Amino acid sequence: MTEAARPGFRLLLVAGLVALFVASLLVGVGDLPLRRIAGDPAALQLLLVSRLPRTLAALLAGAGLAIAGLVLQILARNRFVEPVTTGTGQSAALGILLVTLLFPAASIAMKTAVATVAALAGTSLFLAVAHRLPPTQPFLIPLFGLVYGGVVGAAATYIAWQADLLQFIEVWTNGEFSGVLRGRYELLWITAAVVALAWWIADRLTIASMGREVSVGLGLDYRRIVQLGLVMIAVVSSLCVVVVGIIPFVGLVVPNLVSRLLGDNLRRALPWVAAAGAALVLACDIVGRLIRYPYEVPVGTVLGVVGAGLFLWILFGRAARA
Amino acid sequence: MIEIENVSLRLQDTRILHDISLTLPKGGLTALVGPNGAGKSSLLSLVARLQPLQSGRIVVDGLPVDATPGRQLAKRLAILRQDPAVAARLRVRELVGFGRFPHGRGRLDDRDRALIEAALQQFGLQDLADRFLDTLSGGQRQRALVAMAFCQGTDYMLLDEPLNNLDMQFARQLMRDLRKAVEEERRTVIVVLHDINHAAVYADRIVAMKAGRVVADGPPSAVLRTEVLAEVFGYPMQVVEIDGAPLVLHHR
Amino acid sequence: MRSLAVSRLSAATRLWLLAALAVAAMVAFMTLGLRGNLTFALELRAVRLLALVQVGVAVAVSTVVFQTVTANRVLTPSIMGFDALYVFGQMLLVLLLGAAGFAALDPRLKFAGEAVVMVAMALLLFVPLLRRRFDIGLLLLAGVVLGVLFRSLASLVARLIDPNEFAVAQGMSFANFNTVRPDLLAIGLVVTVAAAAIVWRQRHLLDVLSLGADSAIGLGVDWSRVLIGLLLLVALLVAVSTALVGPVTFLGLLVAAIAERVVDSRRHFLLLPAAVLTAVVVLVGGQTVLQHGLGQATTLGVVIEFVGGLVFLGMLLAAGRR
Repeated sequence: MTEAARPGFRLLLVAGLVALFVASLLVGVGDLPLRRIAGDPAALQLLLVSRLPRTLAALLAGAGLAIAGLVLQILARNRFVEPVTTGTGQSAALGILLVTLLFPAASIAMKTAVATVAALAGTSLFLAVAHRLPPTQPFLIPLFGLVYGGVVGAAATYIAWQADLLQFIEVWTNGEFSGVLRGRYELLWITAAVVALAWWIADRLTIASMGREVSVGLGLDYRRIVQLGLVMIAVVSSLCVVVVGIIPFVGLVVPNLVSRLLGDNLRRALPWVAAAGAALVLACDIVGRLIRYPYEVPVGTVLGVVGAGLFLWILFGRAARA
Repeated sequence: MIEIENVSLRLQDTRILHDISLTLPKGGLTALVGPNGAGKSSLLSLVARLQPLQSGRIVVDGLPVDATPGRQLAKRLAILRQDPAVAARLRVRELVGFGRFPHGRGRLDDRDRALIEAALQQFGLQDLADRFLDTLSGGQRQRALVAMAFCQGTDYMLLDEPLNNLDMQFARQLMRDLRKAVEEERRTVIVVLHDINHAAVYADRIVAMKAGRVVADGPPSAVLRTEVLAEVFGYPMQVVEIDGAPLVLHHR
Repeated sequence: MRSLAVSRLSAATRLWLLAALAVAAMVAFMTLGLRGNLTFALELRAVRLLALVQVGVAVAVSTVVFQTVTANRVLTPSIMGFDALYVFGQMLLVLLLGAAGFAALDPRLKFAGEAVVMVAMALLLFVPLLRRRFDIGLLLLAGVVLGVLFRSLASLVARLIDPNEFAVAQGMSFANFNTVRPDLLAIGLVVTVAAAAIVWRQRHLLDVLSLGADSAIGLGVDWSRVLIGLLLLVALLVAVSTALVGPVTFLGLLVAAIAERVVDSRRHFLLLPAAVLTAVVVLVGGQTVLQHGLGQATTLGVVIEFVGGLVFLGMLLAAGRR
């Protein structure tokens, strides 16, 4: 990519994000013309209770998932993985399912905590295996991850089936923003803190992406970075699963695309990864609202199609270059 | 000074290193030579605390490597492993800049920036500074990685087979650059070399290893002798002298 | 796992033992726990048995052929997304004809239409993919992602057709061995028997193909033509099994892996019957055991996916370690 193209990309991203933000406030079943908002309390109410929270939730989830994907790619030293499709999201769903079964009265914060612990365990197991696979075969790791996530998901589905909780599994596994209202998404702000933390330690993450030996050589406590990264991934994934459900492929395609344009110096690229993730999720949510208006298609379904397509393009684009 | 005392290493059931003791004073270029599997790389990675020390002691300037905080050690000692598959899409200048990480934790000041430019200059990378690593040739990448280790500004630089995959002219250039760092910057360079004739010309001292033990240690003229080399590599080879430096005809 | 006594037997003897086991499973399936109107019950069971055996034959033959053509034991048509392709073809047809028009159609005609759509897409997608001889890991990963893409597309289309019909999308994504579609038995039987017969006649050619494309070409095989022909058969067989019971991702892998261990050979005159018999034992035997032993008739699909998924992960790890 030429030097001239990159400021163009950033400008486009910022403009796109603003446009999407405004569009997201205006698009929906309830009619909400701009000029009425100021004078009409009902319209203002709709804006503040539903549209704005929904828009913010999409932005937060998108940014968080993109960063979680980036961090997992660094830890696994593989570009083709992301937490939501490699067992983290499914482990989180399994965790919520179990806590719902065993302690139906648990609060949402409690459920999130259990989901985070489950996600942490699931991701650690994935990473442990991933590090044992030969680095000469880079496609084995994501393949393992996808099927591992599938097996964990199948276990969750089976338990839900036995316990007659299938409709809950549907809610957790298929990401959807239509249920987001004021008072029901605020936990997602924690992902903003995780994104900020990631930017704070951006240099360390970049060094970690060069491998353990380079990291140790530069005096970085590699083990601590891995532990911290795991916690960040687990927190973001479980929050997203609890609040909106699994949204696939964001963490996979966004870091890859941004890396192509801006490189992997995260001090520089990380905010754009977060912004691009937010934009992608918000755009897909808006598409989901419009494609079968007045009905909604869940954002998870839209991203399943868009994300898988983009991923294949990345895969074969790379193979064609190699 | 690097002091290695009674260091042994065992991986699974194989003994890699047998009770090695070695002192490397500050200054000069030391070459580690020996056949494959002699334990050169293992010894280097133990000194650079990339692997946990199993027995014995390694002390760098009075700091035991297994008990000193990583960051403190990173200001004294830089390590470049053989082929560290850096897949990150970084520009050459960014990569070299990460050599300054132990000093400022990622915040670069003017002095850091000057040192980065100096390192780029030293290894002839000015024209490539804004290129991404994945667009470089193998030799250019290797030079960028050495420049990063150099930019770390440590007294000691440990390099594991840096000449691997380098064309003849790049290999020569890199050895001359390292020599320059030793002479002009008073750096201490310890380098694992495959080709002993590079060691013959550029090293002040050669440590020859075989099967996990040090079998010869001294200046090139003392180590590069037919009977010593026969013991290290297992076959006799003729050594001639050209312009005062030994030349080993190991290929004949 | 295998006892020493069994492992000393010849391959032919082990094949006969497997056949005996398959017959025993079928007899048990037909007779265990019979009650009430005998003729009616037997007829009902016979229809279901026929369906299960058909699925077994289709999955076993298609998997063995596909593994041979791609010279890889971890690849199966289902893992590469063939069955998802069938489901997608189905949804596409619904979209084109409208739900009412689709429902009014003769089921055999529908099956023919879906099979045609699927075979066409399979050939369009996989022939170029296999011809380019990509890295096998890339191919596997791309296949899994293609599967995700088709499943997402199918559920997207399902929601576009009827936004309130979540059950359509859900029903498609689970295999169900309990309720088979008797209206498709006859046409399925014709396709299965014909395809199996063709494959059996080509068993020696398949032995040559298992040496890999280069060797096969060297031995005078018109590899491209054979590839297209065999993929066509594979697609038809997957269409039959998916039409009858729905998508089963890992059954083929499980069956082929067990069969190869039983006869300890890649020769197709042993492997093909062994795979078919193993499939019958797993499906019919598994259904019998779950139904009469554990009283959980509906869960065979989940169990097979779970065990098959674990086998797949194990094979990946083993392949990685080599």
